Amino acid sequence: MVYEITDLTAETKYPAKEEESLFRAMIRSGKGCIRYGCEGGGCGVCKIRITEGEYERFKNMSRAHVSEDEEKEGIVLACCVKPKSDITLAKFKTT
Amino acid sequence: MAISKTIRPGLIQLRVVNLEESVAFYRDILGLDVVGQTSDGRVMLKTYDEFDHHSVVLRHAPESGFDYVAFKVVDDKTLEELKEATEAFGYPVDVASDEQPGYGKRYGFTLCTGHRIELYAEVAQAEKIPMLVNPDPWVEMPRGMKAQRFDHLLLYGPNIAEAERYFKEVLGMFAPEFCNTPDGKRFAVWLTGGNKAHDIAFVEYERPNTIHHHAFYLEDWNAIGNAADLIGKYRVKRDVGPTRHAITRGQTIYFWEPSGNRIETYAGGYAAYPDNPQREWTIDEIGRGLFYYEGELFPSFLEIVT
Ligand code: FES
Ligand SMILES: [Fe+2]
Repeated sequence: MVYEITDLTAETKYPAKEEESLFRAMIRSGKGCIRYGCEGGGCGVCKIRITEGEYERFKNMSRAHVSEDEEKEGIVLACCVKPKSDITLAKFKTT
Repeated sequence: MAISKTIRPGLIQLRVVNLEESVAFYRDILGLDVVGQTSDGRVMLKTYDEFDHHSVVLRHAPESGFDYVAFKVVDDKTLEELKEATEAFGYPVDVASDEQPGYGKRYGFTLCTGHRIELYAEVAQAEKIPMLVNPDPWVEMPRGMKAQRFDHLLLYGPNIAEAERYFKEVLGMFAPEFCNTPDGKRFAVWLTGGNKAHDIAFVEYERPNTIHHHAFYLEDWNAIGNAADLIGKYRVKRDVGPTRHAITRGQTIYFWEPSGNRIETYAGGYAAYPDNPQREWTIDEIGRGLFYYEGELFPSFLEIVT
């Protein structure tokens, strides 16, 4: 399956395969709002907010970067989640 | 023989959020052997070419990052002297209480940069060691990237000028290279206790207790090419390289293991001598110093730490 990602930060759309992380989809398309990162759930650079769509977390995310409460609100590390439907996301901004 | 009181950074413990994937990566991609597990589930590893019981420990934790690095010192008497000298320098010293099978007494303290540093003199020999009589280069065919040893690490934290002073004044290390900001403050320093170009390096950084990378030694540039092939084949997330550092002159690739700690595979590098003049980098040329072929810095390299 290939889903469509609506990236509010990069103001563009790109495809994501169901077996790849959202981070990998961003890197592969060259269009995503995240351009680099550890891809291991450790560095926190790929922190995003998913506002629409289903996803699955397949890797542990460092709690230094995403708290349990944040995770419940759809704030995740893009390298640790795979899409299960079309997704709308934005880069997480620390205020 | 070590030139200073320390022989090498012999043990590093890292936190990993994805333990199984990280262990598999160190074993199958880097080519380390799993030595065993501690009673609390930490995983001990070593390279095929190391003699000591183990050199890398992975601890499953909610955050990835650095627990500590331990330096092997020449003997017990030196260890006790260094404990005194560390306290006299101003860092309270404790005896490490966590189990490290095969290791003797470890003293530890927190450096001004926020990192825990340990010192030890005794460690048991590993079961699997390189041959000692009419030795072949290896006993079992090396796997993966064929890492030969845990080589060095780069830590980020505040007040590295004081950290440098500790490593020089107390441990007797020297700094073959350094980089200052235009107003004369330390931005980065490379330190060694032997002939390796570096055992440990520091970069000035606001956040304490962060690690930029730990590095494994590979035999040569061909081995770096082999490592790059594995990065391609197994979709390892690469940061920079293959390239060369002008600083230390090593050949290198940086990439991340599955819990997001950055790893370097490093080959070559010059032989450092304490009586050689020190080499200096100005900050406007640091891109070329770090990545000699590209001649520029990469934001990922500067900004990402664990
Ligand atoms: S890229 Fe480092 S946590 Fe996702
Ligand atoms: Fe390095």
